Amino acid sequence: MDIAESAIALPVAATTRAGIYHYDEYDREFLRERVAEFRDQVERRLAGALSEDEFKPLRLMNGLYLQLHAYMLRCAIPYGVLSSEQLRQLAHIARTYDRGFGHFTTRQNLQFNWIKLEEAPDALAALAEADLHALQTSGNCIRNVTTDEFAGAAADEVVDPRVYAEILRQWSTLHPEFSYLPRKFKIAITGAQNDRAAIQVHDIGLLAKRGPNGEAGFEVWAGGGLGRVPIIGTKLRAWLPEPEFLSYMEAVLRVYNALGGRENIHKARIKILLRDLGAARFTELVEREFATLPREKFRLDPAVVAAIRAHFAPPAFLALPEAAEVLARQVAADTAFADWVAHNTHPHRQPGYISAVISLKPIGGIPGDASAAQMDAVAELADRYSFDEIRVTHVQNLVLPHVRQDELFAVWRALDALGLATANIGTVTDIIACPGLDYCALANARAIPVAQLLSERFADLRRQYDIGPLTLNISGCINACGHHHVGAIGILGVDKKGEEFYQITLGGSAGNDAAIGEIVGPAVPYDAVVDAVETIVHTYLAHRQAGEAFLAAYRRLGVAPFKEALYAIA
Amino acid sequence: MPLLEQGFPVADRFVPVADDAPLPDAPAIVSLARLQREAEALAGRNVALGVQVASTTKPEDLAPLLDRVALLVVEFPKFRDGRGFTIARTLRERYGYTGEIRAVGHILPDQYAFLVRCGFSSVAVPEAADLSVWAAALGRFHVAYQAAVDAAPVVSGLRRRLALG
Repeated sequence: MDIAESAIALPVAATTRAGIYHYDEYDREFLRERVAEFRDQVERRLAGALSEDEFKPLRLMNGLYLQLHAYMLRCAIPYGVLSSEQLRQLAHIARTYDRGFGHFTTRQNLQFNWIKLEEAPDALAALAEADLHALQTSGNCIRNVTTDEFAGAAADEVVDPRVYAEILRQWSTLHPEFSYLPRKFKIAITGAQNDRAAIQVHDIGLLAKRGPNGEAGFEVWAGGGLGRVPIIGTKLRAWLPEPEFLSYMEAVLRVYNALGGRENIHKARIKILLRDLGAARFTELVEREFATLPREKFRLDPAVVAAIRAHFAPPAFLALPEAAEVLARQVAADTAFADWVAHNTHPHRQPGYISAVISLKPIGGIPGDASAAQMDAVAELADRYSFDEIRVTHVQNLVLPHVRQDELFAVWRALDALGLATANIGTVTDIIACPGLDYCALANARAIPVAQLLSERFADLRRQYDIGPLTLNISGCINACGHHHVGAIGILGVDKKGEEFYQITLGGSAGNDAAIGEIVGPAVPYDAVVDAVETIVHTYLAHRQAGEAFLAAYRRLGVAPFKEALYAIA
Repeated sequence: MPLLEQGFPVADRFVPVADDAPLPDAPAIVSLARLQREAEALAGRNVALGVQVASTTKPEDLAPLLDRVALLVVEFPKFRDGRGFTIARTLRERYGYTGEIRAVGHILPDQYAFLVRCGFSSVAVPEAADLSVWAAALGRFHVAYQAAVDAAPVVSGLRRRLALG
């Protein structure tokens, strides 16, 4: 054990509680006050004391959007971590206040699409009963922080990012200075070698790592983002010591709040400020702010970090010397199970355990949708097999983080019975799609039906496996909620004289090799988009070298052969 | 316009003065441009001076004037424009300004506690405002999760016990 770890040694090595941040009296008091405040604001709005213009940012900061057909409530799932009890409560809310289902999003949140304004305060109160909220899931404030869905479980993890994600959640909650920013502000943090949190395409991206003496610190990125102007972030700092964590966040946010554009909504994100000032000047301003702000006041006390870390203490893992062997035998005996294990699991740091990914991408289904019954069933599986814990991934799937390898077969059988065992994680049918024109007031085109058609076209698992790892992301408008810029294949819905067209980009990635996809050519109409994707896939298959994944092949080949295949026929 | 301090209406001893009007022999609020232009003449006066600044003002530009002004009025052109929060906080924390800082313009009661936590001492509210709504908004929350200008005591971890209203 290194110095930094021993200094914050925990009184207990393991816990029987789910690895979530457990509220105490202060957190509950705060949330009750927040729900009461919102109830008041709704009453003032209904009484006419607040104009819609004034009410809008207030409701947005409580997660309430007005969509095409109804209000949408976006519930925060802080850094994608849920206890089974919380998931059950979300199922209850889906049944009581919505139409019996919810939609998991690319920000690891859950959206309910059919909420009534007058019932919204009750829905928030129901969330609060399970220590959940919808705070800052919208509006020009610091949004729900996202992280690696395998945090605290992944074999390649160096620092547990949940600890710092929770610190960020608390620090940013009703921040008095940074709640009326020029535009929304998204922070992602990872602590693993492989970036599964897309830190290079966030307003602030953080890589938690260890210094020479084992102490925790951060690499800090800023100014990345998707949307109308996709930009890969800039590294501001190679090393930020843990005690200075919040001071530095204050400095970045203060520079942004003071200087970020407020005239034009499309030029208001921090990425534009950073681009316009230049990385050197922006970094200089942040460092100057950092040097002059009262750092003592924001210094992160090791005792505070330790107290928060205690919430994420490892569960009571058992020594399971036989488990790997049991799993190997079951894999050898059942091809369908073997397929699922090969695609839908992730290596665990604890011998004998494994993380299981629950695909919310059934063939022909709506990406990220789950019924209340499915949520309840997953909660029960988490109780039984994963220390009461569930994760939401930023590609709209769920994870049971801590499953015994010798119980994985039982988990798979149970998921299969629920229609939740599609063995397609990371394949071409593991599609990210925003709600698009079926729900969203901003959309130019439908995204969900395109995802469904593509999923059906590539339904055959053997074909998916032959194609190999391929991210396919669909956005229904330029705001890019479907992360199309960072899909190996990206699809963007556009409106051309009232008709839905789709622009295709290739070569995007949100990982360590983050890249913005390149436009392959003119947009194609709705009826042609599935064939176009198939042509792209065929072109890859025809040109790939042995073992070469789509993205690697694209980077070697460039856009030319794909362009030729797509447009030569037309 | 009613002026609120700590949730209660107070008398405003300052009068705003247009750039081309003579200064009264009473506490006056002038524009930043006038203060900079007439710095010397204004420094010789024996009555309190206030200055009104736009939300685009850089705190570092105000720093050299701070020992001359008893009141700093920060404009909020639109309640969504949050630059005023940073101005007040920077003046308090970086420049140690201890005079009055007042918020004027389009401000919602729901922002009152944020103003106070960022170092504002007073807020001018619309003539027809329901003052009970403002007072209630100030006292709404008893827990805060981050350090601010106010000296709210830490209760546990990052949490602080607020007593604003």
